[in-house]
Amino acid sequence: MSEPLLSVRDLKVHFKVRDRKAWPWAPAATLKAVDGVSFDLRPGETLGIVGESGCGKSTLARAILNLIPATGGEVVWNGKTLRPDDPAAWLAARRDIQIIFQDPLASLNPRMTVARIIGEPLRVHRPELSDAQVHEKVVAVMAEVGLTPQQINRYPHEFSGGQCQRIGIARALILEPKLIICDEPVSALDVSIRAQIVNLLQELQRRKGLALIFIAHDLAVVKHISDRVLVLYLGKPMEIAESDALYARPGHPYTEALLSAIPVPDPRVERNKVLQLLSGDMPSPIDPPSGCVFRTRCPKAIADCALDKPVLRPLDARTQAACLLAAERTA
Amino acid sequence: MADNTPVLEVRDLSVQFRTNDGPVYAVNHVDFTLGRGQTLGIVGESGSGKSQTMLAMMGLLARNGAATGQVLHHGRNLLGLPAAELNAVRGDRIAMIFQDPMTSLNPYLSVERQMTEVLELHRGLGRREARARAIRALDAVKIPDAKRRIDFYPHEFSGGMRQRVMIAMALLCEPEVLIADEPTTALDATVQAQITQLLRELQRDHGTAIVMITHDLGVVAGLCDDVMVMYGGRVMEHAPADDIFHRPTHPYTRGLLAALPRLDAGAGALVSIPGNPPNMNALPPGCPFSARCRFVEDRCVATMPLLQHLAPTSPTLRACHRSVAELDAMEAAGV
Repeated sequence: MSEPLLSVRDLKVHFKVRDRKAWPWAPAATLKAVDGVSFDLRPGETLGIVGESGCGKSTLARAILNLIPATGGEVVWNGKTLRPDDPAAWLAARRDIQIIFQDPLASLNPRMTVARIIGEPLRVHRPELSDAQVHEKVVAVMAEVGLTPQQINRYPHEFSGGQCQRIGIARALILEPKLIICDEPVSALDVSIRAQIVNLLQELQRRKGLALIFIAHDLAVVKHISDRVLVLYLGKPMEIAESDALYARPGHPYTEALLSAIPVPDPRVERNKVLQLLSGDMPSPIDPPSGCVFRTRCPKAIADCALDKPVLRPLDARTQAACLLAAERTA
Repeated sequence: MADNTPVLEVRDLSVQFRTNDGPVYAVNHVDFTLGRGQTLGIVGESGSGKSQTMLAMMGLLARNGAATGQVLHHGRNLLGLPAAELNAVRGDRIAMIFQDPMTSLNPYLSVERQMTEVLELHRGLGRREARARAIRALDAVKIPDAKRRIDFYPHEFSGGMRQRVMIAMALLCEPEVLIADEPTTALDATVQAQITQLLRELQRDHGTAIVMITHDLGVVAGLCDDVMVMYGGRVMEHAPADDIFHRPTHPYTRGLLAALPRLDAGAGALVSIPGNPPNMNALPPGCPFSARCRFVEDRCVATMPLLQHLAPTSPTLRACHRSVAELDAMEAAGV
């Protein structure tokens, strides 16, 4: 097994929030958006991160890049710990770690041409390049993501959603990074375009040996692209497992519920499906339940779940789950 | 099951918009019938005309839009009715829920005021009685603690709860038809499953006919009797749900199904439909899907295929020049 490219150790992002209705001298409450997430990512590997809205997926992505400062834990890139107070180290690391965002149009500056948008990372990280060299690289990367050179002087509003996402991918690729963090890259796209973008990402990964962190709330999309999947709930990891193991034998009741909620495009299956519906809404992250954070919606919860905070533990060689009730499996 | 008097009949409905770039034909010659308690799914991508079809039916088109054809509600044409008469039907007999529950609820009014207003207007109830009915409606869509929560403002609810409020509001007058325009698109998969389940129960208990508009074929699978697939403002295929999923006859339907990532399939590349969604300002004279279709031939680009029955007795309607046998043979040959 090769050395990990990226190690995230016990990463925490806590926000101080004030309740409008509280007295001004009352202490601020703490919102634990990400609370103790750890994982390793090897070169060329894809890690999927899934969970419902508000589970901390996007905050985690931004904390890995220090776009939101982490309040605890550490990010180790290529064996080197990136400290929050070391901007030079972050600048260097960001040459190798790029990100693409969910809303393709909103993440492109409407007043810049495609050439400037895609070329901008080069101006920051490779200021020694001449305009002609930048232009040449922009045209080359546009071809790679399926855009034509004639489109180089257009503005983002002239493109459809799928094409805008291609521009976002080109901007991420131009520095030849080793890791791209994809924050819900296909959620805003139509079904037929979604498949194009997923295939494009997979093809680029194969060709360039890229590692990907692929964030989505749709487990079906994640299955197609990921080697391993991390399931988050209220900022805490519920399960991390190899992709096929997770789908074949989910180790955590939350993963089971997420899987059962995905509609199957087959009327005969869907009409007779027994839904394992989660009751109610996600609790507030300011005031999470005691013990296991999932217990208030868990169909299997017992009294002990309110007492112990479960941590990730291996169930077998391929699955780790944070659940009191999950039994260890023998191969 | 449905008896044979249709609640809603749409005949040859077309919508066009006047724009600075010339007329845009957003919807062309749409026909369908909806019986009591039936569910119709309308599936299509952005720009397919699925939402404009519904807005036209409800008289809610933008000012530069015009609808032609007929929308018959128990035999009475709704198109061109004066607003006062239309208002007696919409919200009462035909109700609608929208994709984004945050922007379609009034943020300045409490849920109670928004719901009682409907009953005061359509049913002439007093405020107190209306409030009691509204609480019952919120209970019916399983909003916990409805008695207290009815005085909340929309922003105090989560996305899934807001969509439940919308559904409760639409069902206040026990409509015969519920038009749901992408009701679950903005929601998480777990909440989407809850809402779909809820719609299914409401239909079973009240016999409401539902028109479900979505771009996700998975959502319509469990809910709909019939599915209509639209592309570029035209109906591509219209068939019973089982046939759409198990025997799709149109290249676009087949493409959509193949592009869905499925849990029950192995990994590997997804089959994508090449190209981009149609530009409604510059549609080809022929089939709007011809630019992205792998089975395209000359006549597809030149002339629009008619929507015809697959066989004289078949319920399936399709608009494609190629026969199903031709498509199957070409697919088998690996086109």
